[in-house]
Amino acid sequence: MNAYFRDIALGLWSLLAGMAITIRYFFQPVVTLQYPHEAVPMTPRYRGHIDLVFDERTGTNKCIVCNACQKACPSGCISLDGEKREGQKQKSLTRYELDFTKCSLCGLCVEACPTEALMFSKDYNLAAFDENDCRFDLIKRLEERP
Amino acid sequence: MTMPDPELLRLGAYLLGFIGFIAFNAAYLVWLERKEAGHIQRRIGPKEVGPYGLFQPVADGLKLMSKQLLVPEGADRFLFRVAPVLVMTPAVMSFVTIPYSDSLAARNLDLGLLAVFAFASVNVLGLLLGAWGSRNKYAVISAARVVSQNVAYEIPMLVVVVTVVMITGTLNLHEVAAAQAGGFWHWNVLRLSASPLMPVAFLIFFTCMLAETNRAPFDMAEAESELIAGAFTEYPGMGFGVFFMGEYANIVVGASLATVLFLGGWGCPFGLFPGLHWFLIKLYAIIFTVIWIRWTFPRTTFYGLLNLSWQVLIPLSFANLILTSALLKVW
Ligand code: SF4
Ligand code: SF4
Repeated sequence: MNAYFRDIALGLWSLLAGMAITIRYFFQPVVTLQYPHEAVPMTPRYRGHIDLVFDERTGTNKCIVCNACQKACPSGCISLDGEKREGQKQKSLTRYELDFTKCSLCGLCVEACPTEALMFSKDYNLAAFDENDCRFDLIKRLEERP
Repeated sequence: MTMPDPELLRLGAYLLGFIGFIAFNAAYLVWLERKEAGHIQRRIGPKEVGPYGLFQPVADGLKLMSKQLLVPEGADRFLFRVAPVLVMTPAVMSFVTIPYSDSLAARNLDLGLLAVFAFASVNVLGLLLGAWGSRNKYAVISAARVVSQNVAYEIPMLVVVVTVVMITGTLNLHEVAAAQAGGFWHWNVLRLSASPLMPVAFLIFFTCMLAETNRAPFDMAEAESELIAGAFTEYPGMGFGVFFMGEYANIVVGASLATVLFLGGWGCPFGLFPGLHWFLIKLYAIIFTVIWIRWTFPRTTFYGLLNLSWQVLIPLSFANLILTSALLKVW
């Protein structure tokens, strides 16, 4: 008989404790991020898709067209071309395409690059309706980048 | 020019006023529920349609109405169609007797309390017929659960109400509320001189109200995770919508009853300025609590539900009844 009333009292008490918790939450500010209208502050080490690094000294990319990134890529999403221009020791890049539909964001290309010509971009709004919108021309992106 | 029959006027005012009130509540309680649920989980809840998501119910209604009204093959068409109405109508009828303030009630019935409970039992019938009519065994199983739940919780609820009736000596809801006029120490919930168990009685009434309106943690009728949508699994579009509105209308009826029976109806807690606004404040405080409870507790198991009623609520309500009658006899 005693256990019966103790059960009821304990049960009631635990219900009230639960309700106290939820009402506290009710009055706390919401933590929802209004995603399309607001964005999370980006962490410095965020790894998006790869982008070419802009070289302040030369005013262009740092790529020497060594193809190391292409070889390192396990998914085969990099394809690039270069040509030897008049009066230059190295080749310069003429085409750099990233097929982002296949990229696994592993970062091996960035590590493989001997001249540190690649970096991770901070883009994440990358949903697209068309496959072709996921094939990036990185040289064009570099030029358009502020 | 002759005046129209006052009875007809009264009927018109009732239909317009109360049905408007019910429709408004049914729509905006869904909004309130979603907002409150959101804030309890530190989300925002509906916000895109209109300011603060206030047009969300309109959008939901339009969506429900635009859906095709399918009747499952082999179902009993008549029962299937009639069942949502059977859930909605008794809730609307119950509003006839509820006194919102000293002068605002559709009808001042001497047996008002009895009428409300008579209507309330039709609600279960509606759910059962809906499930039976839709020829779906899962719906029938969950309807059986609803019925046994409602039967189990009707008993302690009625016993508690009988206690209140003994204290106030009337079945007229208006008189029950008027008898509690004055400060909150006159309210039935704190009428300790009548029975020291009155606060417990209120808790019992409140619990039974949750169970009778199929609210969490007793929402066996719509245990969506186990039974798809329970008794109204087969209902598409507005058929489901009417069931849903009926549920919310029932919550308003239950909260109104709790207000009238235990919380002094339209009386102010300090005896000042009684009126409709106090009724509404108490009504919505109770509804807020109902929603608050839903988003706090997980659904009980069916055995837990029945055990609570038969082992705890019924014995306690009878103890309260006996104590009250003994004390009433002594003084
Ligand atoms: S991140 Fe990995 S998968 Fe993507 S391009 Fe670089 S090497 Fe290929
Ligand atoms: S590894 Fe670096 S330098 Fe070599 S081709 Fe790739 S981006 Fe250019």
